[in-house]
Amino acid sequence: MSDWTTVGKKIAKKDAPLKVTGGALYIQDLKIPGMLYGGILYSRYAHAKILKLDTARARRLPGVTAVITAADVPNNFRFGFMKDNPPLKADRVRSTRDEIAAVAATTPEIAAAALELIEVEYEELPGIFDPLEAMQEGAPLVHEEMKSNILKIPWKLVCGDVETAKKESAYVVSDTFTTPWVTHCCLGTSGCIAVFDANTNLTMYSNTQIPSLAQNDYLDALSAFGLKNSRVRIIQCAIGGGFGSKLDTYAYEYIAILLARKTRKPVKFIFSREEEFFATSPRQCSITTISQGCDREGHLTFREMEMILDNGAYTSWGATTPSVMMMPISSLYKVPNVRYVAHCVYTNNTYCQAMRGYGNPQATFAIESSLDQLAEKAGLDPYELRLRNANEPGELTPQKFRVTSCGLKECMAEVEQRLGWKEKQGKGNGRGVGMASLIHVGGGARVYKSDGCGTIIKMDDRGRVDVMTGATEMGQGSETVIAQIVAETLGVNIDEINIINNDTDVCPWDVGAHASRSTFVAGNSALGAALKIRKQVLEAAALNMGEDQAALDIKDGVVFSTQDKEKSMTLSKVLRKAHYTPGGSMFTADYFYDPPNENFDREFKGNLSVAYAYGVHGAEVEVDRETGQIRILKYIAAHDVGRAINPLLLEGQIYGGGLMGIGYALGEKLIYEKGHLKNGNFLDYKLPTAKDVPPVEAVIVETDEQAGPFGAKGIGEPGLVPTAPAIANAIYDAVGVRIRDLPITPEKVLRALKEKAPADAGRSGI
Amino acid sequence: MKQEITFKINGEACRVEVDPTWTLLYLLREVLELTGTKEGCGYGECGACTVIVDGQAINSCLYPILEIEGRAVTTIEGLRKPDGELHPLQQAFVNKGAVQCGFCTSGMIMSAKALIDENEKPTEEAIKEGIAGNLCRCTGYVQIVDAIKTVAGRGRT
Repeated sequence: MSDWTTVGKKIAKKDAPLKVTGGALYIQDLKIPGMLYGGILYSRYAHAKILKLDTARARRLPGVTAVITAADVPNNFRFGFMKDNPPLKADRVRSTRDEIAAVAATTPEIAAAALELIEVEYEELPGIFDPLEAMQEGAPLVHEEMKSNILKIPWKLVCGDVETAKKESAYVVSDTFTTPWVTHCCLGTSGCIAVFDANTNLTMYSNTQIPSLAQNDYLDALSAFGLKNSRVRIIQCAIGGGFGSKLDTYAYEYIAILLARKTRKPVKFIFSREEEFFATSPRQCSITTISQGCDREGHLTFREMEMILDNGAYTSWGATTPSVMMMPISSLYKVPNVRYVAHCVYTNNTYCQAMRGYGNPQATFAIESSLDQLAEKAGLDPYELRLRNANEPGELTPQKFRVTSCGLKECMAEVEQRLGWKEKQGKGNGRGVGMASLIHVGGGARVYKSDGCGTIIKMDDRGRVDVMTGATEMGQGSETVIAQIVAETLGVNIDEINIINNDTDVCPWDVGAHASRSTFVAGNSALGAALKIRKQVLEAAALNMGEDQAALDIKDGVVFSTQDKEKSMTLSKVLRKAHYTPGGSMFTADYFYDPPNENFDREFKGNLSVAYAYGVHGAEVEVDRETGQIRILKYIAAHDVGRAINPLLLEGQIYGGGLMGIGYALGEKLIYEKGHLKNGNFLDYKLPTAKDVPPVEAVIVETDEQAGPFGAKGIGEPGLVPTAPAIANAIYDAVGVRIRDLPITPEKVLRALKEKAPADAGRSGI
Repeated sequence: MKQEITFKINGEACRVEVDPTWTLLYLLREVLELTGTKEGCGYGECGACTVIVDGQAINSCLYPILEIEGRAVTTIEGLRKPDGELHPLQQAFVNKGAVQCGFCTSGMIMSAKALIDENEKPTEEAIKEGIAGNLCRCTGYVQIVDAIKTVAGRGRT
């Protein structure tokens, strides 16, 4: 390990020089000759019948090339996880983001003017905006054909015997926690360009995080549009932020395809910031009831949770977040008896989707807040209670997760020491400390039938290396990590590695940039391909040098004998010899890595990931009793990452995730009133700025995961998972109020303090 | 009605016909094809479109085009030295991991440059204040502030 030259080093991001000079091309920057600009008309109402839709005036506007409505969508095509979402809605709209009509015009200004000319007559219908009301018998149905507002996905996990465990527990706590809609706020808004060639093959310039799956979605759409034999090529531009928002395909993409098909011209869509706020899919808001208990010694006995998730009017992959929520519910700490039920409920609100953490933050907020309540009831230090129940290597969890590497206790100890826990905890003097832990998938996640990623490597005459990977770079740094893995394995400088990761015509298949899987899965795939091509190089070099292959090694682009360092040959010479010899050969290698993890069985049990990532966050806060203002004095984020391939980028994931988590904890919330978004802009939606950053320490705990590339596990999502409960617990420690509803605003703290004041001996909260 | 204006862009004189309703951002991106400057919101709240006009960092998405008559505009494309060497701030952003998706990066660097040109050795608080108008969703700002700190105190950039 110590003689690694590239892996484990703080190496600058490969695409950073392009990005700091303004040279990276985002979808916003791209123009294709003859390109038209698209615009979408959205519904004025959250729930209404469309009585009349007249596009005649829009069509007549000079510069307008096409106007389409639901009538232009062939074969009743629908998309989404439940295929419940038509790209353009006919007759009835079910949310304020429902697409009614779309235009293509020669300029964005003409497209916008054309939308104004489309006449729609609505009959407003009563909407349903509260999932609890939507679940009641006789509630108006969002989709009549579904017969119920509760989605037919029976999320239920049962392990052991919760009822008996509950009776036998010495201490039990029960409570309800709620979380709001929050949104990704990618700085680069959504967009795409759809282009058909003369043979009706589609090229899509895209922001997607899932090129192979999006390709499949578009192929299905083309097939429905009567283009069964068309091919689809996806070219990814530089992606201006992902965080899960680009983990599905959306109406605007299908609309772009329809308009490009109709006009026979490239059609570009770029969302305005306003559209980005209301027409993309946020994190689900949740209502969680939780009970958990422990015995006299503080060993957890059971955990029981029920969740209600507002699905919105349509269904995306986000409806599967309960599958990830199950992970902390069943396997964060050792808890033998578990019961969990979740309902995703249709409403006339915006529909939800994946966002970094994929349900885990909502579940962990409830679990870790409740755990502090349990510690108090049992008379235990919250740190001691956590330590007593911490996961360990070799454990088989009730959901049948096989824990391999696990640094949870080490992370806890780091936080405990760095916060000065012993001196500061339990003072209740306006300052307090709190902590919360996390478990997340760290070795891929078998969500689909495959969790695979392909890599193809070739080498040129000069010994330079082209790596074609299925992995998507969206800022997180997968490109650099893959280059480091290949450089280390081949014994070349990282500058010799060229990563090609944005073109489905060239790059191999991959499930997508989700589940914190790129370093682990794409990294293992790259490692496999690099080992194969290394073998080819050494075979050829051994032949040329008259040496035993086993005695050869490569460093700095030179093959040398480990027995006699004088005997060497540059990689470029080995390559040229291979190319310029009669009957010669070329060096290429491919490798498909599909981790040996398991799909859930019918009971939602199975080893979802090859390895699990752990972490603990701790906060010291000061709460102003007069104003309810919360100041974070110190923030520690300790993560078990297996091994840090690149500590610089890894810390970036922890800092970035942490601040996103602080936003979730203290400020961010999409405010919907009867289906209408009230704060869809950066003035009213409080994204953290540089001034909101507390003193923060990122602590890397290395546990050397045997299945990971060079020991690594995933880190993309964990950074924000335990943030909110760590802060909520610290606030309770500081002033004795328990806030159960995110975000924790000064108003809520103040109200809780006032309610508590008359009987200050007791503890209260919201 | 188009109107002719003259100004300096990245050190070079520029004469161009503009529509008075354009913003500076529109001129930069759509006419001069300097696409390094980004539009993140279009209403002056995210800072992705920050450029420097006569030493001041401004949101080009709100800046009326006729106002640049006779002024000097610097964009991210104008920071590199003629030999291609990165500006110290650009290099620091690369070295310190201050770049993830990169969409905020141009504006962030321009705000940092205006700050350091004005105040050679800003405190950490002054740095945070100086970039408080530039939103970043990826980095949590920590490595951005680090990068700016390494350049602060090295003299005029």
